[in-house]
Parts: sequence; structure tokens; C-alpha cells
Amino acid sequence: MRTINVEQITAEVAQMCKEAAYYLPKDVYEALKKGRETEESPVGCDVLDQIIRNSEIAREEDRPICQDTGMTIIFLEVGQDLHIEGGNLTDAINAGVAKGYIEGYLRKSVVAEPLFNRVNTQNNTPAIIYTKIVDGDKLKIELTLKGFGSENKSGIKMLVPADGVEGVKKAVMDIILHASCNPCPPMVVGVGIGGTMDQAAYLSKRALMRPTNVRNAHPDYANLEGELLELINKTGIGPQLGGTTSALAVNVEWGPTHIAGLPVAVTICCHAMRHSERTL
Amino acid sequence: MAEKIRITTPLTEEVSRTLRAGDSVLISGTIFSARDAAHKAMTEALARGEELPIDWTNQIVYYLGPTPAKPGNPIGSCGPTTSGRMDAYTPTMLDQGIKGMIGKGSRTPEVIESMKKHGVTYFAAVGGAAALISKSVKKYTVLAYPELGPEAVAALEVVDFPAIVVIDSEGNNFYEMGQAPYRKL
Ligand code: SF4
Repeated sequence: MRTINVEQITAEVAQMCKEAAYYLPKDVYEALKKGRETEESPVGCDVLDQIIRNSEIAREEDRPICQDTGMTIIFLEVGQDLHIEGGNLTDAINAGVAKGYIEGYLRKSVVAEPLFNRVNTQNNTPAIIYTKIVDGDKLKIELTLKGFGSENKSGIKMLVPADGVEGVKKAVMDIILHASCNPCPPMVVGVGIGGTMDQAAYLSKRALMRPTNVRNAHPDYANLEGELLELINKTGIGPQLGGTTSALAVNVEWGPTHIAGLPVAVTICCHAMRHSERTL
Repeated sequence: MAEKIRITTPLTEEVSRTLRAGDSVLISGTIFSARDAAHKAMTEALARGEELPIDWTNQIVYYLGPTPAKPGNPIGSCGPTTSGRMDAYTPTMLDQGIKGMIGKGSRTPEVIESMKKHGVTYFAAVGGAAALISKSVKKYTVLAYPELGPEAVAALEVVDFPAIVVIDSEGNNFYEMGQAPYRKL
């Protein structure tokens, strides 16, 4: 049986937090450049120029792309033949988040309790961790730093089967139009369809882990992604101050659901679509 | 794009009233950061009849919570946060003499009414352009509520801080004006 020590996991997670905060993924950078080429609004072009230049400065100088370095969301795939030694996996990941945020000069934006006291934990922990048990003896870690300007504009709608494809499109567009200029567009839009309420929300987050230039493997869903992107880019929202580049991509993930249900969740991410992944 | 307008702080009502939605500006001088927790603390202090930690007359507030500065830099990444979360406190704060606000995103009708009354301009900085914006900040000094960490009230010395007038003192709204020509739904 293969063994990994938790210390290695902590060190990797710390490094990944910093990388994600400083280096915008290549596919997102390319999508921004493509958006700049086709943008019709002069103000929109100016905004896109600033956003593109910003990501270059961040990469060149190891600076956070955005001051909101987010809540850390981690997707784990744990091979069932892997043995983790030296401590608890969740603790090791949180130790890595704390180390990365402190060493990397990232902003600590997590409060321990949401309603009454809201005291900052001072190290951005705890992370939100989703774990999937898979075959094999590897540990895959995917991570995003999720800003809340965009998270606050996300939403969910419990549709019924009769609502169909048009109902899904309307639900997504209602959330996008309500979000408007607020979530720092151009957005990357994650859509989760199916499952239960919570599963749909999870799928909408998971969808953001797919590169912006990769379409859903299922042709119908790939089609839906294209149609939604076209609709969103016709809203006029543009890069914050109006224009044609409102979103860079729509990524849809789907899952089995109940005969009576059609949940649809939308996670909106801003252009600062931070992502890092490793397989140990 | 049209020529950028240079603004130096303090911002008087007279100058503020000349700015129009869609104007591109470069701000130099001192601006003051405050966001959620500081707004809550300040409005609570006012309700208790206490003085505020700084005199806001003719000043510009920047809705900001920066990342920590790396050694050798005056400030970390420092882009705008969503202004809407400050809306509940804003009319009270504008009564204190603030003439400019920098943030991102839409505002409530109550805020816009108060802006018209006091001749206040609302500027947007590009959301998420935080590393780029940090280049225009020369000095960052915490003035109040240091216990709030990135949410403290601080003075920022800025040179050519890039922003766009999104809502002017007459209530013209560039978020709406800018979107309309490209809405094809
Ligand atoms: S929504 Fe994204 S780009 Fe905008 S401030 Fe938040 S993290 Fe930064």
C-alpha cells in the first residue's frame, strides 16, 4: 500500500494557495485576450486592458491578482488504496491553507461564526473540503480561492421537470441579470443541474474546476453551455461597465435526480478564476 | 477613450458637481479606506453621539480591504470591494461631508438621493484589478480600528489612481447607460 505523510500534503496545499492567488490560469488569460479582441464597447476595452495587465503584473511580481483571496475550496480525490500517515487529513489541509495565506501575504477573509460575532480566524481556515473516494493509490487535490463579490450573486432554483430546457435557461439568466455588473465580470459561470438542492450547488462549484476552453463531454450539455454563453453576452453587462464580454465561459455539470425534480444551481465566478491542481 | 480628468483631494462639492457619469479620472492625494466593519463601527459611534476617528469633510472614501503588504511594498493588492454592502450606512456617512466614494457595483435609490442632495460622486475602480491598482498607492497608514485588520480605516496616498465616474451628483448612472447599447436580448 502506498503511503503519503501529511506533512507533504500541508506543504503542497500551502504552495497551491499562493500559486492560485498569483497566477491566473492560462486558459482564463487567453479567454480575456479573446474577449478584448471582440469587445465592442470602448470603455469595456479599457476595463479588459486593465484586467489583462493586472494578471500580468500579478504573475510577474508574485502579487495576489485580487485583494479578495477568497475562501479556499478544495476538491479531493482520494485513492482507496492510499494510506495517509502522520496525522489527520483535514487538519493537514487546513494547516497548509494557514501556511499559504500567512507566508503568501494573502488576505485572511474567514470568520469563525457567521451571524453573531463574526470573529476572523486570522489564517483563512477552515477551508471548504469536498472529498471523493476513487480507485487507485493517488491523492488529487484541486483548489480554488473563491471571492465573495461573485459568490454573493450565486443562486439556486428548484425547477420541476415540466420547466425543461427553457426553464433552465430562464433560471440561469434570472440569476445572471440580477448579478449584473456586481460580480466583477467578465464572469466564469458554473451551472449544476440535477441531484438534490445541495448536490446541484456542489456541481455548480465543481463545474468551475474545468478549464474555460473545455466543453462538457455530453453533446447536449455542451450545446447548452454555448447557448447560455451567447445569451449572457447579449445582456450588455460586459466587462463591468457595459459591453459584449459579459462571460468568458459557461461550464455545466449534471447529475442524476429524482423523477419529480430539476434543481438548477449557478455559481458565479469573477474573471479572477483562480485554480491550482496537483496529483500526489 | 476621451481624455482622463485629473482630480486632487480634497474633493469639493463644486468640483464633484462638474463630474459626469462615464468620465474617466485619475485621482491623486489622500483617500481613506473603510468597508463593512468600519462602517458599522462609525455609524454606531455616531448613534452614541461620539466623534468619528477622522473628519470626512470633502474626503473620498475607498471601499477596500487590502492584502497584507509584502516587505518593501507600501500595500498589498488593493482593488475595490462591492459598494452595495455599505448602502445601509451610506446616507449617514454622506451627512458627514464625504464628497466621493470609490467601489464597484450598483447602489440603492436611497444612496443616489443622498448623493444628489450633498453633491457626491460615486467612482468605480476596475473590480479585480488589484495588483495594477496597488501601483498607484504610495503610502498606507492605519488611522483607526487597527483591530479590524484589513477592514481598518486607513489613509492611502495615491498618485493617478484610475477610476470611472459611474453615478454622478445628478444621479446619472453609467452602469445603465453603458449596458443599454449592447443589450440584445
Ligand atoms: S468578485 Fe472576484 S475579482 Fe471581484 S473583488 Fe471579489 S474576488 Fe476580486
